[in-house]
Amino acid sequence: MTNSIMAQLQQEHTITVLVENHPGVLARVAGLFARRGYNIESLAVSVTDRPEVSRMTIVVGGDLRVLEQITKQLNKLVEVLKVVDYSETAAVERELALIKVNSEAKDRAEIMQIVEIFRARIIDMSDKTFIIEVTGSTDKLDKITGLLSGYGIRELVRTGIIAMARGSKTASRAGRDAAE
Amino acid sequence: MKLSGAQILLECLRQEGVTHIFGYPGGSVLPIYDAIFDCHDIKHILVRHEQGAAHMADGFARSTGKVGVCLATSGPGATNLVTGIATAYMDSIPMVAITGQVRTTAIGKDAFQEADITGITMPITKHNFLVKRVEDLANALAEAFHIARTGRPGPVLVDIPLDVSKNLIEFDVKADYPSLISIPSYRPAGPSGRVPELQIRKAAQLIAEAERPVLYVGGGAVASGAQAEVTALAEKTNILVTTTLLGKGSLDETHPLSIGMLGMHGTAYANHAVNQSDLLIAVGARFDDRVTGNVDKFATGAKVIHIDIDPAEIGKVIQPDVPIVGDVKAILTELLKLVAPRPASDWNDQIMEWKRRFPLIYPDDGQLYAEHAIEKLSALFDHDCIMATDVGQHQMWAAQYFKCRRTRQWITSGGLGTMGFGLPAAIGAAFANPDKRVVCLSGDGSFQMMTQELMTATVYGLPVIALIVNNKSLGMVRQWQEMFYEERYSQVDLQASPDFVKLVEAYGGVGFRARTPDELDEVLQKAKAITDRPVVIDCLIPTSENVYPMIPSGQTVDEMLVKTDLEAAKASVHADGEEWSFSAEEAVLSHYVEAVNAAQQEKAQ
Ligand SMILES: Cc1ncc(C[n+]2csc(CCOP(=O)(O)OP(=O)(O)O)c2C)c(N)n1
Repeated sequence: MTNSIMAQLQQEHTITVLVENHPGVLARVAGLFARRGYNIESLAVSVTDRPEVSRMTIVVGGDLRVLEQITKQLNKLVEVLKVVDYSETAAVERELALIKVNSEAKDRAEIMQIVEIFRARIIDMSDKTFIIEVTGSTDKLDKITGLLSGYGIRELVRTGIIAMARGSKTASRAGRDAAE
Repeated sequence: MKLSGAQILLECLRQEGVTHIFGYPGGSVLPIYDAIFDCHDIKHILVRHEQGAAHMADGFARSTGKVGVCLATSGPGATNLVTGIATAYMDSIPMVAITGQVRTTAIGKDAFQEADITGITMPITKHNFLVKRVEDLANALAEAFHIARTGRPGPVLVDIPLDVSKNLIEFDVKADYPSLISIPSYRPAGPSGRVPELQIRKAAQLIAEAERPVLYVGGGAVASGAQAEVTALAEKTNILVTTTLLGKGSLDETHPLSIGMLGMHGTAYANHAVNQSDLLIAVGARFDDRVTGNVDKFATGAKVIHIDIDPAEIGKVIQPDVPIVGDVKAILTELLKLVAPRPASDWNDQIMEWKRRFPLIYPDDGQLYAEHAIEKLSALFDHDCIMATDVGQHQMWAAQYFKCRRTRQWITSGGLGTMGFGLPAAIGAAFANPDKRVVCLSGDGSFQMMTQELMTATVYGLPVIALIVNNKSLGMVRQWQEMFYEERYSQVDLQASPDFVKLVEAYGGVGFRARTPDELDEVLQKAKAITDRPVVIDCLIPTSENVYPMIPSGQTVDEMLVKTDLEAAKASVHADGEEWSFSAEEAVLSHYVEAVNAAQQEKAQ
């Protein structure tokens, strides 16, 4: 009964993983996902306010049972300090994209209008192309990419999602508490 | 005083109470072997293959609960350890594997005998370390031992580059070896930690309400040393106990409340009991596919209490009604205070009835069978020997017929199912238990995977008795081909094998051969009298024997296959260690007739 309800909740989850900033720790996390057959939709890694701690934001696909297993298996890695699941939390999620799009003279005005509406920026231009920088939710990025594809996208890169809980709650604070 | 990394390593091992290192030298561990040259309190055992070293460390650990230690050089030495490390990982065995590595400046340059062993072993170790500075070595070793033995135990690898073991630093073991390890990101449950009282109370409540409870006990109970608590819980509540392959001995298997192993080759009565239970109390067990078969149809009427030290095991396969995370021994101790005594009920009678109807049986027709060998071997040492096994049919027969009186008496590769494990594991156990006899039950296939370790046993004068159940085939594979591949026997014939008697003699041990039960009795007596060298007994058994009962992979107890040979059934048989005669037990015969009819109908279709 509970199993089938959980299985129906197929979705993407954003989790934040605080890890010791050791060499090889990314390989451990990535290897865990690979060998247990979990899907990484996106992955972003960076340092935090504490140099000895790195922060990974991972978007994973799966039902709640899979998410629970991922969380538990991650926690088993010796170098993982904390795993925070944002499914139930109000959180800000952002992603950045750089889009190199064809900019023929006849299309330029239209493209610049799209850029304005999406609060994006043109950060480079040549006689044939623009590079557009845009930040926002995955959804927003998908939409602008969709609109721009009509002009011919030459190159696209996205950072992957990073996330942070709204309000005063912090993941890194929790990590620090745990460490103390 | 200035010490080299290699000397620091030995100092650290001393601090950890290490008495034996199983190892093999090579270029990048030369400084370590040079330090070993001067070391007389820790015994280094020179093996004949690094895989043997890993299995010996494993057998040492399984038979004592201590951390086993193995040592190998970089590159091929390290990769030879891999199967042994994976074997220990799958069964949660505490082990520290130390490997040499090329010098730090050569790492990543495809140097001679370079292998990225921390990368290779990442998925088969609990954790691993590449130590790049001699200053970090003591800490890495202290953490390695700590991680290996705490929480859910497991193997940890420490990779030490050549220059790290050569470099000298000021080192004072008293001051510089960390006695209290605190790793902020690693805080496993332990025997002294808090126990989840509310959950334990809920468990006691479920036990009070249950009509058909079964205790299902696994390797976690062995790891936490909970035999006394399992026994006390079973006795207080009269709940019958089935164990996994690794949980054997958690309750004395001659105890009236023991119903043996469950799962694919478990006893029919244990499988019936689990299948019809209304409460399954899983204790340090992980619902492995060899236990559950088809998970969706496994014990469908049962509520589940799942006790395990590893939170990731909870809900991995089965969603329990009452999950309890923590040390098995600590939790059972609390649970014992809360459960009410419960008299034996109709349910106990029902299970005993299944036990009478579906006993473990084998023919008594003058032929020698593996089952004889196991029972006689056990009896030879008053059921107090340590039994290591290899992998295959013989392993399953041993699981069925070797009645463990206690934990750590039974050493077998469960999770990985590693052929070749038996002999070196037995040798490791023999080093750890000089006061006990250690026997190894092997197959003619498995034995040929680690035969060279006979030499190690000879050199160190270990009277390990290896009994080869010789069916002249890769029996377990042959059985699957017979049952599920229309008897298309592909690459399982081992008619061509060495003369095992001559083989062991070449290694300086003693060999015997037995063709009949009487011959076996005779040679066993001779084997027992040999106390300074290994013994191999080549037992010739029929090729066509299959292991029953059997629940085919991914199926349920309803598809359980039992012995269908009516001729064998008509003969008098050995059943569960006792002499039985069929005429005396009609129920059994009718069961066999049913089974034979069913089998014949199936063939006719
Ligand atoms: C290293 C390894 N290779 C292959 C297998 C697959 N396998 C499982 S049982 C078995 C046959 C074992 O034969 P033997 O040791 O003679 O034992 P028997 O089944 O005949 O008792 C094989 C090949 C394995 N478990 N381990």
